Amino acid sequence: MKFALSPEQEAFAASLDSLLSTQDCDAATRAWASGDHGPGLKIWRRLADQGVAALTTPAHRGGLAEEDGTGATTVDAVLAFEVLGRFCPPGPWTDSAVLPCLLDDEILASTAAGETLVSLAFPPHVPFALDADIADARFLVDGARLRGFAPGTPLASLDPSRHLFEPVPGDELGPALDPARAFDLGALLTAAQLLGAGRGLLEMSVAHAGQRRQYGREIGRFQAVKHLLAEVATALELARPLLHGAAVTADPADVSAAKVACGDAAHLAARTALQVHGAIGYTAEHPLGLRLTRVRALTTAWGTPAVHRHRVLAAIAP
Amino acid sequence: MDLDLDEAARQFRGEAREWLAAHVPRSPLPSFDTAEGFAAHREWEAALADAHWSVVSWPREYGGRDASLLEWVLFEEEYYAAGAPGRVNQNGIFMLAPTLFSHGTPEQLARILPKMARAEEVWAQAWSEPEAGSDIAALRSTATPADGGWLLNGQKTWSSRAAFADRAFGLFRSDPESARHHGLTYLMADLRAPGVTVRPIPQLDGEPGFAEIFFDDVFVPDADVIGTPGNGWRVAMTTANNERGLSLRSPGRFLAAADRLVSLWSSAGRPESTAARVADAWIGARAYQLYTFGTVTRLASGAELGPESSVNKLFWSHLDVALHETALDLLGPSAELRGPWTDGWLFSLAGPIYGGTDQIQRTIVAERLLGLPKGDR
Ligand SMILES: Cc1cc2nc3c(=O)[nH]c(=O)nc-3n(C[C@H](O)[C@H](O)[C@H](O)COP(=O)(O)OP(=O)(O)OC[C@H]3O[C@@H](n4cnc5c(N)ncnc54)[C@H](O)[C@@H]3O)c2cc1C
Repeated sequence: MKFALSPEQEAFAASLDSLLSTQDCDAATRAWASGDHGPGLKIWRRLADQGVAALTTPAHRGGLAEEDGTGATTVDAVLAFEVLGRFCPPGPWTDSAVLPCLLDDEILASTAAGETLVSLAFPPHVPFALDADIADARFLVDGARLRGFAPGTPLASLDPSRHLFEPVPGDELGPALDPARAFDLGALLTAAQLLGAGRGLLEMSVAHAGQRRQYGREIGRFQAVKHLLAEVATALELARPLLHGAAVTADPADVSAAKVACGDAAHLAARTALQVHGAIGYTAEHPLGLRLTRVRALTTAWGTPAVHRHRVLAAIAP
Repeated sequence: MDLDLDEAARQFRGEAREWLAAHVPRSPLPSFDTAEGFAAHREWEAALADAHWSVVSWPREYGGRDASLLEWVLFEEEYYAAGAPGRVNQNGIFMLAPTLFSHGTPEQLARILPKMARAEEVWAQAWSEPEAGSDIAALRSTATPADGGWLLNGQKTWSSRAAFADRAFGLFRSDPESARHHGLTYLMADLRAPGVTVRPIPQLDGEPGFAEIFFDDVFVPDADVIGTPGNGWRVAMTTANNERGLSLRSPGRFLAAADRLVSLWSSAGRPESTAARVADAWIGARAYQLYTFGTVTRLASGAELGPESSVNKLFWSHLDVALHETALDLLGPSAELRGPWTDGWLFSLAGPIYGGTDQIQRTIVAERLLGLPKGDR
């Protein structure tokens, strides 16, 4: 047993991290929110060049995913989505990543290359389709079948960079490959983004607490502030092994446990970040809000905490 | 990254499971906080030791079976899953022994460990003092050089198992001029030596779970200094990390408790009112298990336990209380009747206090892990 990232995995995550730190993700997110997709799509393509869009696509469809024991694993996908969560760039990343679980088709090659954006509706737990207006391909998982859909009524998310649409069911396309696996992967990658966002929020908070001064000293010297942040660190530290463990075992109970724990930890990180920042964090100019609203939106995306807790119980208390 | 056990580890686990199934006492032993229970636990520990299951990760020469850290974790899972008794000598096995492995002499290892493994000598941790709790460096009891050793004076308190234990380990101020972390010496003492008085203190459940220890010119030979005189603080940090970290609270305890909670919930008709909390208890135990697998992997590749053992302690101390409170809420009116869940609940309440309170752990995490500026103590 080796329950630790390999040096290659660490390096992969670090390279994505440094790539995104040179992009202005916050500006791209704001532009996306106001309907200008240009900067966000540029980041989408930069990440696709690094293979991020190909991690879950099998090699015979032009992707990087493991076939016969070589290539990218679910752990690699999770690492990439943690980094996405940390920087919060916009776009339907999860939808594209689960598509290979639903069909085996030529479209996967262009998805893996980052040329095709996918929007997915997966009722009942994913009832609204993200970015369906600009997606090149739209799929609705209808029980065991796959359909196309048209974007219906637009719905305003509390995260203004998430453009949601009611799906209007279209033509039937055939049986869905493995909907159960698709849902698990979507939940897992959402958990990864939540964890990443939580870590990003903790880092912002630590930096702020080390520099903002009140009563003649940095607020980070006050125990009341320290202890809040230590609780966040503890929650995140213990959520991460669940996430990575679920990526290894692919067990539905582990996936749900990860979704619950990453969501709870990220929520704690977001609430604490706002408290530690004070009013500056409550302003629209500050990047904190981008992450705070993303965390709240992702908490109920791909299965609410209640749904996932019940999945855990169904598995452990038969 | 994988969670696969190799053949050897699987076989090790199978052997442990088989032995425990055949040997764990059918009815629970009386509490080790009673004279009768203490004697029963010594017998159980001797049986464990005879079969080389009492200290699996130690070298064979001291009574262990040279098991890897991973195998130790697997053993603990099996141990608690089998419903085996708590370890009466846990202060010795999980705190003093790792300290001796890091700082002890070969003579000390050979003299102390085999008896510890069999619970022929049960150890108490004599750290806290009436005026030094969280601020352990404020301790006042002294060690004064004497012919061939040291004379101990002063008072320790809240010492678990000291009411019935044989020996104790702790810090003493050996340089009266020194302040705080300097001039401290880490010593072992015989609790039956002339000049020692032990006064048992009943805990919330009424049993004498800990005790005060008074030292009045108690002689301790040089051979019972761990590390070098004056260097006790550094030695003590090894013990502290072990207390908060892996060893005292193996994930096996919480996995077994979470499984019992899930069964309780199922047999109570799966009430919706506690569903989320039951799920969270299982999620917490699973998180802690996987976190431990990560720690084991890092330690096996040469890393050392650092401030993340405070993260550990914060996590399990919360988890243990929440898990037991959920069980009591589930039990409804019968929750107030004495039984394993009420005993477990009372014990869980001490978790956020002993081994450094949760406030102290949060400060450590904030300063050493997150790098926040040091503030007032
Ligand atoms: C069941 C049990 C078993 C124990 N077993 C042992 C044993 O075997 N051997 C042994 O030596 N000791 C033992 N202890 C003692 C234990 O280690 C101490 O209780 C603990 O270190 C706290 O010290 P204190 O009780 O003096 O509390 P205090 O230090 O007086 O603290 C009281 C409160 O103030 C808070 N506080 C203190 N300082 C700070 C600070 N700087 N910042 C924020 N908050 C602060 C604490 O968190 C706590 O909430 C045991 C305790 C219990 C409950």
